[in-house]
Amino acid sequence: MIIAERKPVGEIVDMTRDHKKVLVLGCRGCVTVCSAGGEREVELLASLIRLGAKKEGRKIEVQEGTLVRQCDKEYVDSLDNWKGKYDAIVSMACGVGVNFIANLRPTTMVYPAVNTTFFGGSADQGVWTEQCAGCGNCVLHLTGGLCPVARCAKSLMNGPCGGSQNAKCEIHSEVDCIWQLIHDRLERLDRKEQMLEVAPIRDWRPAGHGGPRKTLRDDLSV
Amino acid sequence: MSDFTPNIKAFCCHYTSQQTCAEGTEGLKQDGFPESVSLFRVPCTGKIQVSALLQAFEDGADAVYVVGCPVDSCHNVKGSQRAAKRVVAVKQALSELDVEAERIEMFHLERGFHPEFVAVAQEMDKKIKELGPSPLKGESA
Ligand code: SF4
Ligand code: SF4
Repeated sequence: MIIAERKPVGEIVDMTRDHKKVLVLGCRGCVTVCSAGGEREVELLASLIRLGAKKEGRKIEVQEGTLVRQCDKEYVDSLDNWKGKYDAIVSMACGVGVNFIANLRPTTMVYPAVNTTFFGGSADQGVWTEQCAGCGNCVLHLTGGLCPVARCAKSLMNGPCGGSQNAKCEIHSEVDCIWQLIHDRLERLDRKEQMLEVAPIRDWRPAGHGGPRKTLRDDLSV
Repeated sequence: MSDFTPNIKAFCCHYTSQQTCAEGTEGLKQDGFPESVSLFRVPCTGKIQVSALLQAFEDGADAVYVVGCPVDSCHNVKGSQRAAKRVVAVKQALSELDVEAERIEMFHLERGFHPEFVAVAQEMDKKIKELGPSPLKGESA
């Protein structure tokens, strides 16, 4: 899922300073699962925005809402339920949600309440770790299912850089060297010789280096 | 010292506040429990959501505190640990709003009858009298 975390409240209060009525808008997708922008977080942020405004002696009306998803036109359309009740939206969805609202509501001001950080999973209660970088040309079949693009600090494709120590990455003693993990895993799977294959120079265009990406599924677009 | 009387809201669990029930408001007062503190009893402090703590500030509290069981002997195992983490989350939010984080505290106390229950109330009362009214009430803006 997409992992995000709330921006410092002071920053969000700054963004909303010019507005009298805001809609704090959560999303029931990824940000609910990673506890950054679901219904509960909307309630907290609404309260904090009111407190921040009160502290400055300002009046602000704060509406609370949560969409099934903010990355889908169909659900963004349901913003009509709050018509006239807000003059800006504070979106707690990932950056995709904020962009969707900006795309679909040309005259509505929308602000991001979270920092969208990475694609990851819940490693433990309250801990999320990055696993994939959406590179558009997956190589996990070559690396034992462990991603060198997202999980190697240098996104190396042909084995370790040589700087790792005690299986930890040279950037930080708490970070695993993913190439060590790939090696150990391939060895366990009796596929160690796979490491000897030289990966060709990569075309990074599918990873976004060729501009914004788009997926078109003709079979679904009748 | 100014004549400011703080509005302090204390959330405490059944177990740490047994004394209150036994003695009643008058009894507590005789023990020196400050009038600035109003008590809200909950079955377990682990049940208190961050939203309830923030709501207390929205309702005009100058400070809020939570009294739960000792960390390693909570009646509901991890209730008071959860409460402590939520108090830290509110401290963080207060700092982000440039408000003194000491306006919210967590205390872990033994169950039953003990003078510490009154002592922490007095400590909060003293501290908040020194800090003055909460900026979140918007009175100084
Ligand atoms: S190789 Fe690319 S698509 Fe596959 S997991 Fe890594 S970043 Fe994601
Ligand atoms: S030590 Fe390992 S994970 Fe770190 S940069 Fe080098 S190869 Fe990548």
